[in-house]
Amino acid sequence: LPGPLRFPNGAEVAGYEPRSHFDEKQLSYLDDFAQFVLVAAREAVRDSRIEFRNGLGSRTAIVTGCGAGGQQTMDDGFVDLYDKKTPRVNPLTVPRVMSSAGASHISMEFGITGPAFSISSACSSSNHALGQAFWLLRAGVCDVAIAGGVESVFSYGFLKAWEAMRVVSPDTCRPFSRDRKGLILGEGAGLLVLETLDSARARGVKIYAELAGLGMSSDAHHITQPSAEGAANAMRSALADGDIPLESVGYINAHGTGTAANDATETRAIRRVFGAHADRLLVSSTKSMHGHALGAAGALEAVATVLAIHQSCVPPTANYTEPDPECDLDVVPNKARAASIDAALSNSFAFGGLNAVLAFRAMR
Amino acid sequence: MPDDVMQRVISVIAETQRIPRESINPESTFEELKIDSLDGINILFAIENEFNINVPDEAARSIRSIREMAEGVEKLLANA
Repeated sequence: LPGPLRFPNGAEVAGYEPRSHFDEKQLSYLDDFAQFVLVAAREAVRDSRIEFRNGLGSRTAIVTGCGAGGQQTMDDGFVDLYDKKTPRVNPLTVPRVMSSAGASHISMEFGITGPAFSISSACSSSNHALGQAFWLLRAGVCDVAIAGGVESVFSYGFLKAWEAMRVVSPDTCRPFSRDRKGLILGEGAGLLVLETLDSARARGVKIYAELAGLGMSSDAHHITQPSAEGAANAMRSALADGDIPLESVGYINAHGTGTAANDATETRAIRRVFGAHADRLLVSSTKSMHGHALGAAGALEAVATVLAIHQSCVPPTANYTEPDPECDLDVVPNKARAASIDAALSNSFAFGGLNAVLAFRAMR
Repeated sequence: MPDDVMQRVISVIAETQRIPRESINPESTFEELKIDSLDGINILFAIENEFNINVPDEAARSIRSIREMAEGVEKLLANA
């Protein structure tokens, strides 16, 4: 790093080697975040065994969530201009920086010609993106969608901006724990292949879970502070959209950033929505393990939620040390738990009060 | 505590919050001055620049009033 940074830890993509995924020529066009999108999209397409042939490419949508776009490329350009005083910047700056670049590269790589765009709502970007893709399928606009989100956070300028927010933990992320000291920044991409039930059945492939509902709301409250009512409204809408009775929800993958404000507010919101059933819910924050990947957070958590349903195993809230009376839910401390889940929510509550909640249901 | 640290802290807060100096006294709490958490980190940023100090997150979290902030600055200046 070119200077000091108050927090020593971050959840970088471990062992990532750009050259084992892309050749030099490709890399010149791809900021880190666009590389992450492509790697995740390739994995998702491979796992779903989908092939975009016989016109399917035109019936497929791409919706990627991204909070900030190509921050590393931006940083490099600023260093050239303001520090090295170069008279010009790299002409690939714009195509590398634009936060929709991930969607474009997926489209080009797989020959997908349907609607493709990027959504930005800070830490809710992924859930808004998955939700829009879901509604495109429901509306009959498309049969298939590749959707999720991405973020790349490890550029010095971006890290310093987060340091100044004073929400990053000096050691680790302990969501819902009384001694929590903030979030840990993470990065990466999560992409899911969504398709209509008819399409999946016709292909005879493995179905992990049903994406059943989307709930969206805005707090009309504050540019950084959360609101329990806004969060509760988004959860209620997701349940209503999916026609899911409260009692069938067994698991909530919480927004759970590990900040003092979020975890207490989210607990209040969950109690407000679920009443007595809140005490029978399992609620965990996987951010304790993958960090807060901002625009990618909802997608990584959607994957965790879907696999929790599919494998009947709820991921834990790691690094938990002591109960907080303000976060008095079963937060699955430190150890994954076997549980049969009929329905689950995945929460995202962004800075600025933009909320998006996804509801998933088991395929029985 | 030297009076000038307190006066400088009050000036920084008045400027950052765009409120009259006279509305702030050493016993004012952030709550009374309608300083929320985001205002708080903005003020800390201005304080760090004014006194050329680094305020750790941990220390920042416990500050609730003008006096506590001035005392905190004092302590950091003494340890610098």
